[in-house]
Amino acid sequence: MGIKVDDICFLYERGTAMQVRALDHISVEIPDDQFIGLIGHTGSGKSTFVQTLNGLLKVTSGHIYYNGEDIDGEKFDRKKLRSDVGLVFQYPEHQLFEVDVITDVCFGPKNLGLSESEARSRAIEALESVKMSKSLYKASPFDLSGGEKRRAAIAGVLAMRPKILILDEPTAGLDPRGRDEILGLIAEMKKERNMTIILVSHSMDDVARYVDRIMVMGGGKILYDDEPVKVFRHVKELEDLGLAAPQITYVMKLLKERGLDVNTDVLRVKEAAAEILAHRRELHV
Amino acid sequence: MFDSITLGQYYQTDSVLHRLDPRVKLVGTFTYLISLFVVKSFWGYLLAAMFLFVMIKLSNVPFRYIVRGMKTILFLLLITVCFNLFLTPGEVIWQFSIFKITREGLSFAIKMALRLSLLILGSSIMTLTTTPTQLTDALETLMKPLRKVHVPVHEIAMMMSIALRFIPILMEETDKIMKAQIARGADFESKNIVKKIKSLVPLLVPLFISAFRRANDLAMAMEARCYRGGEGRTKMKPLVYCAKDRVAYFILLAFFVVCILTRIFL
Repeated sequence: MGIKVDDICFLYERGTAMQVRALDHISVEIPDDQFIGLIGHTGSGKSTFVQTLNGLLKVTSGHIYYNGEDIDGEKFDRKKLRSDVGLVFQYPEHQLFEVDVITDVCFGPKNLGLSESEARSRAIEALESVKMSKSLYKASPFDLSGGEKRRAAIAGVLAMRPKILILDEPTAGLDPRGRDEILGLIAEMKKERNMTIILVSHSMDDVARYVDRIMVMGGGKILYDDEPVKVFRHVKELEDLGLAAPQITYVMKLLKERGLDVNTDVLRVKEAAAEILAHRRELHV
Repeated sequence: MFDSITLGQYYQTDSVLHRLDPRVKLVGTFTYLISLFVVKSFWGYLLAAMFLFVMIKLSNVPFRYIVRGMKTILFLLLITVCFNLFLTPGEVIWQFSIFKITREGLSFAIKMALRLSLLILGSSIMTLTTTPTQLTDALETLMKPLRKVHVPVHEIAMMMSIALRFIPILMEETDKIMKAQIARGADFESKNIVKKIKSLVPLLVPLFISAFRRANDLAMAMEARCYRGGEGRTKMKPLVYCAKDRVAYFILLAFFVVCILTRIFL
């Protein structure tokens, strides 16, 4: 069933001189089992938007329906919503607090009212999903490296077995290797668990390789909502928003401008290489 | 979550009071607070209230905004009034079982309420029109003579401005961590007191860690820029008195003298 967002607005500092319209009449549908990239420049409203999806922020107007039920309705079980729609915040490692990694990951499941042993088995399952080495289960979360901390924090949300997982800039502040690791993990989780994943980012390169659908936000609105290749055809408009298409798209576009008749709708380096090789006869080298 | 706190916050606008030297405002606020304890008669309070009213008008801060900050101390005010009203001995003018109001109690309660409100409004005018940086700057310059007796004036002022600067940052951080833990199913709205205290652990531990981390980073950044305390340090915006500051000092002095006069003659 998924989430249906119907014409929502969100205002910060409502009724004061500092009023800011963070979300401006957004309507969108998020079906089950989809991998979505949510992209926008800093201040475009993407973090606000994902926080409204699990009820952390209450929308100023409009409605959000989860499995057909209004999440602001009186009878609606908000606790259930928060476990079903898992939200991993920016720099999630800042929320770690327990004495060791596994107890910290247990925090979520325990809040759902699960027994000690069940919480533990879920925690182990989540830690395995993020490829945390067993020797670190009993380590203090504050002794881990940056990448490990982040994986532990993601496991903390994963242990609640969300049906929809939202990750807000999961790669911020990581080196290229840590970034590829995290993104690889997320793509794998998607395959294994059949859940909907919303990946929030401002980097097209991060997102383009993995997702089925891209939503581009700007000024509190959703400007594009389509398959990646179709979104990247609007390179000019994306650049005006302070965003960019993946680097490989630029390479292909330049080649085409120089007279090589390649298909510019490619997102991965391997596809691009195959495409260029297919046209090698036209290359004058 | 915290946007209801207006008491002691800076209000961004332009006015005579905003442009005044912060030292004048600091000295002025102290003079005003002292004068509130000098005056005794209703005429004196009327004078003090009039003075404050003119200051509020001069500050360009909307009256509603200032009064909204008063809401937080309304409870305190109410208790003070009640105690003074019912517990002052003297000539009884109204009685209901054990509750009795005396003439002295009534006049005392009104004066007390006036004094408290004026005290708070008076000091909030200062914080509303002066940025924390300006305020600590003024404090540092005013306390400079204390350096002679080895009081680390600059360091105290520096600590104060850092502490003030970090309040909004830590508030934001609290909000963020709170949301992150709510997303993990934490319950901060429980009525049960034991549960409530327990629920603070996932909030406070990360908050302290982040505060220490920020303090560390800040210390490192200051050292990297060769910060070494107040000795021989110059300012980007040194405080210099100009004509309007002298006028302000004169008005203050006049006000204070009149206050003393009301005490003697009225």
